[in-house]
Parts: sequence; structure tokens; C-alpha cells
Amino acid sequence: MSLVRAENLAKTYRVGDIDVPAIKGIDFAIEAGSFVAFVGPSGSGKSTLLNLIGCLDHPTSGTLKVLDTDIATLDRRAAARFRGEHIGFVFQDFNLIPVLTVFENVEYPLRMVQKWPVEKRRAQVLRLLDAVGMADQANKRPDQISGGQKQRVAVARALVSQPKLVLADEPTANLDHDTAYRILELMKKMRDEFKTTFVFSTHDPKIMGEAEATFTLEDGRLANGGSHV
Amino acid sequence: MFDILGIASRNLLRYRRRTTLTLLLIVIGMVAVLLFIAVAGSFKSMMVGQITDSIIGHLQVHRKGYVASIDSLPLNLNMKPQMVAKVEEALKANPTVETWSPRVKFGGMFSNFAETTSIRVTGIDPAREAATVPLLPGRMVEGEKTGALVAKGQIVIPLLLSRGMKTKVGDTVVVVATNRDGSVNGKTFVVRGILESISGPGGRDGYIHIDDAKELLRMTEAEVSEIAVRLKDFSRLGQVETQLKQVLGGLTNKEGKPVLEVHTWADLSPFSSLARMIDLMTLFIKVVLVSIVLVSVMNVMIMAVFERIREIGTIAAIGTPPSRILSLFLAEGLMLGIVGTVAGTLLSLAAIVGINLWSPTFAFGQQQNLVMAPTIAAGDVLTIAVLVVIVAIIASLQPAWKASRMDPIQALRHV
Repeated sequence: MSLVRAENLAKTYRVGDIDVPAIKGIDFAIEAGSFVAFVGPSGSGKSTLLNLIGCLDHPTSGTLKVLDTDIATLDRRAAARFRGEHIGFVFQDFNLIPVLTVFENVEYPLRMVQKWPVEKRRAQVLRLLDAVGMADQANKRPDQISGGQKQRVAVARALVSQPKLVLADEPTANLDHDTAYRILELMKKMRDEFKTTFVFSTHDPKIMGEAEATFTLEDGRLANGGSHV
Repeated sequence: MFDILGIASRNLLRYRRRTTLTLLLIVIGMVAVLLFIAVAGSFKSMMVGQITDSIIGHLQVHRKGYVASIDSLPLNLNMKPQMVAKVEEALKANPTVETWSPRVKFGGMFSNFAETTSIRVTGIDPAREAATVPLLPGRMVEGEKTGALVAKGQIVIPLLLSRGMKTKVGDTVVVVATNRDGSVNGKTFVVRGILESISGPGGRDGYIHIDDAKELLRMTEAEVSEIAVRLKDFSRLGQVETQLKQVLGGLTNKEGKPVLEVHTWADLSPFSSLARMIDLMTLFIKVVLVSIVLVSVMNVMIMAVFERIREIGTIAAIGTPPSRILSLFLAEGLMLGIVGTVAGTLLSLAAIVGINLWSPTFAFGQQQNLVMAPTIAAGDVLTIAVLVVIVAIIASLQPAWKASRMDPIQALRHV
């Protein structure tokens, strides 16, 4: 069964009086446990597609099912609940909360979104920090660690609530080449360890090769025809 | 809840200078209001106390129409003995009433055998008058302050008359008055004391014994012009006024109209408008406090939301419910309000204790060296504290609502 399935998916933005199509009727499916990249130049629709898969936006037409849920049926509150339960996010700019420590940033989804009990929460956070190699930095604030370390923490935060799917929008764009590779290696390792599906976007040709499958987006359409992964 | 408060407190500490300045504004506002309430309240209660405890009493009962004609002290509107008995019965039955003093008031001529002038005379039962208006003997600037205020054959005269007529304690004077039938009668008195007027040297009120008043006015029965009443608990004045009006309102004349009227000190003294002005100023200061808290907290919260748009986008994206985002920002406003309130209250209480230790003095009318002793009721502190916290939450509501309704995509794109 596909974890994500899109049929004739389209998204059009209205800018003033003009309709700007960002995604133009695409079909694709992503199987559970895969490590997939959406690639393409800036403006090709990668971020729009990730926003749709992440239930941050609604399609204009077509259907998009994530974990068998038609995301068009989710209202604002239900979408937030769905994201909190099933989807992890890794952002290009890491987006850690500056007033919280590394430990607390990873703990945040369990504390503020899912309400895990304290002991269980602590064990899970330590497990994830250990997995991403940040256990010894647990008490530091985001401004006390490097960009690569921040992204490791962000990966740990995305995985901590055991989501089925992690979406990473240009996760390596703000990292140097070596660090970028290490982050992708870490994401793969996490996929293997936690059986989580990773979907990321990139426009960096060197990074694309790290994906087990790629969907190439060009001007809102899939260039490789939306193959099943 | 503690999670939200913990994160809120860290966010407040993130911008220490701004948070400190906002707290400072709240604290200054709190201190200004609580100190004003304490000092103005102290002045007001002293002023009201001076008026009620040395002249008027807490409330008075008259025959209907007397107060409307009080300037002429109409003898034909005195209460008859049966009316007085009814009033005393009602007063005895009311547990809040401590005591009362019947008075006979009339206008007359005062002579020192060389000069003559007008005088307003109040005939009193000295013991009951001293119990009803206990500060009255303290107004004696010459003559013994202890002992009976006035005995039969004695008169206590106002300072104005004493100075104008060059009359001293121990001098013999004559008071001439016309009774309700138009007969003129005179009686000699020995000056027992000189009484300072509370509102200045212009007072023309003298005191004689009530029996002398009756004799001078050739009363055939024990008429009374007014009954001044003192309560055990001044704060229940309104309640007692209502009760007495209900009881005494039942006494009617042949036309079925009430024959008696009840007035509080505020109805009888021009100083009540000063007391009302103090209340109005207190209200105005409270409005200023509310404005300060509202504007300062709203400003800091709007800035907080604006500066953390990407952060809001992040927490929304990872599934934080809108209600929890709302709570996060409301908690910041709440904490500003609570910390400002606690600091402001402590500082205000310290200032009030400081003023009490310092004991500054002031004058009210002719009363000199009245010690300012500001106090504040726990209820007032609680009211202001709750008001500040509520206003702080209200001020945070719009920015918090905006944060909770933010589109995560737009927020994450914000630079």
C-alpha cells in the first residue's frame, strides 16, 4: 500500500487577479520505508508539493492521500493533529526554538503536541539524541552548536514522535558539502533504524544521487512520469 | 500548563530589556494607583471622620421639610415628643446603631453687653453628644477639653464670635431668641469654652445645654430639631439609612405623607462633594493604569509575535494545535501581568509602611498636624491586582489570536 498517493494533483495560487499554477495535475505514489527526493530547479514546485504532502496546504484539484487520508478533507485543527501524529518536518533553516535547549527542542513534539508522560518522553528523547550523535550536546542552546549539529537535532525532533513520514524541504541547502552528506547519511540510517519514510526536496545535483528514487519536477509537472517507488 | 508557562517565561527573558521596561511600566502604574488609593483614602476617611465625628454624626433624622429650610432653623418643624419616641424606638431596634444625640437648634442674638451679633445655637445633652460626635470636645481651643462639654448655664461659642466680640472663657454673655410663637426671651450664660470651626473661622455655631435651649425657647413639651446618629460600623451606613427610611417612612400624617426624613452625612455636608471628587480621581487613576498596562503589554506582545513569525510557523507545522499557540502567547501576557502585579503590590505596601513610619502631617480646615496614615484594604489590592492581570491577558489576546491563526506556510517563508 502506498504511503502517499497523488492523482491528477494540482495546486494553483492566486496572485492579484492572476492564477499561477504551481503543480499541474501530477500522479505519483510513495511506498512506506522509501527514501525519496523531489528534485528540480527553484520554482519548479518542490516546496509546494512538500507542503501539500505535509498537510500544510490544500490541493486546488485532484486527490492526495497520505496514510489513506484525503488531506483535502482536513480542516485546520485536524490537519495540525494529523501532522503531529504522523509527519515529521526538517527545515532548510533548521528552525530550532532558540529559547529551548537541544534536549527540549527534541522533546517539544512529545511535550506540546502529543503529551507523552515524563519518563517515557525523556527516554525517547535521549534515544533519538544518541541516534543522531547529539547526546553530549543535550543541554546546549541552538546558538551554541554548529549548522550541521542543528540539522541533526532537527532530524531527531522530526523522528522523536515516531512519525510514519518525514518531510525535509532542502535540508542540506544551508550546509557545506561534507556536512550535507553526513546529514543525508544520518537520515538514511534513521530510515533503516526507525522504518520511517523520508521525502526530501533538493535542487543540488550532488545530493540527488543520495536518494533511492527521485521525482524530477519541471514547471509543476513530473518529468519522469510519476513512477511508483 | 506548566510547560506553557515555562516556555512563556523563557520567551520573556529572551528580550530582557523590553520585558523589564514593560514590567517597570506596570509596576509604576500599580504603585501609583495603590499609593493614591491609600493616601487619598486616608485623607478622605480622616476628612469624613472629622465631619461626622465632630459635627454631623453618621446620619440624622429630621421632621420632613426641615433640611430644605435648615438655613432658617425653623422651630415649627421640630419633631414632637411622640415622633422622637418613635425615632428612638427605631434606633434602639437597629443593632448597627451605637448611640444618638437629640438636638434643639435655633438662631438667636449673642450679646456681651457691649456688642450684639447673630449666633446659631445647638442645645445638646452633653454626654450623648460627646458619644455621638466624639471629636467635638477636641475642637475646644480654649477652656477645659475634659469633663462635660457644656453644663446648664454655660455656653460654648465659636472662635469667630470669641475674637470678634472679644469674649473669653469665664465671661458672662446673653443669648436672646424668638420662640415659635414669636415671643422673645433671653438668658445669661457663662462662656465654658471656645470652639474651633472645622471648616475655618467662619462658623457661627455655639452649644448650650438642651434644657437651657428648651427654657430659652419656652418649650412646653420636649421638642427636638434633629437626632444625630452614630453607627457601630460606618461601612454599613447605606444599609442602615435604608432600614431607617423603611421603618420611619411608615410614620405618616393625616394626608398619608411621611413626617420624618433620614439623611446621611453626605446629604448634609458640602464636603461630600470633595469625597466624591476623591472617588472620581481614584477611578481616573485606575483608568490610567488600565491604559498603561493595556498599551505596554499589547505593544510587547505584538512585537513578540512579529519577531517570532518563523518560530510560530515551525511549531504550527510540527502539529502544535492553534489553541496551544494561543495559550503560549496568552501565558506571556499573563506572566507579565502577574510579575508586574506582585512586584507593584510589594513595592506599594513597602511605600505605605514607609509613609506610616515617616508620619507626615497635614492640615484640614483649622485642624493642624493631622497625621497622614495611609492604609489600603486587602480588597482594594486584590481588585487592582486582578484588574491588571485581566487587562494584561486582554492585551495579549489579539496578538495571541493572530499567532494562532497564522498560516504555517506564510509564517515559514517570513524573513
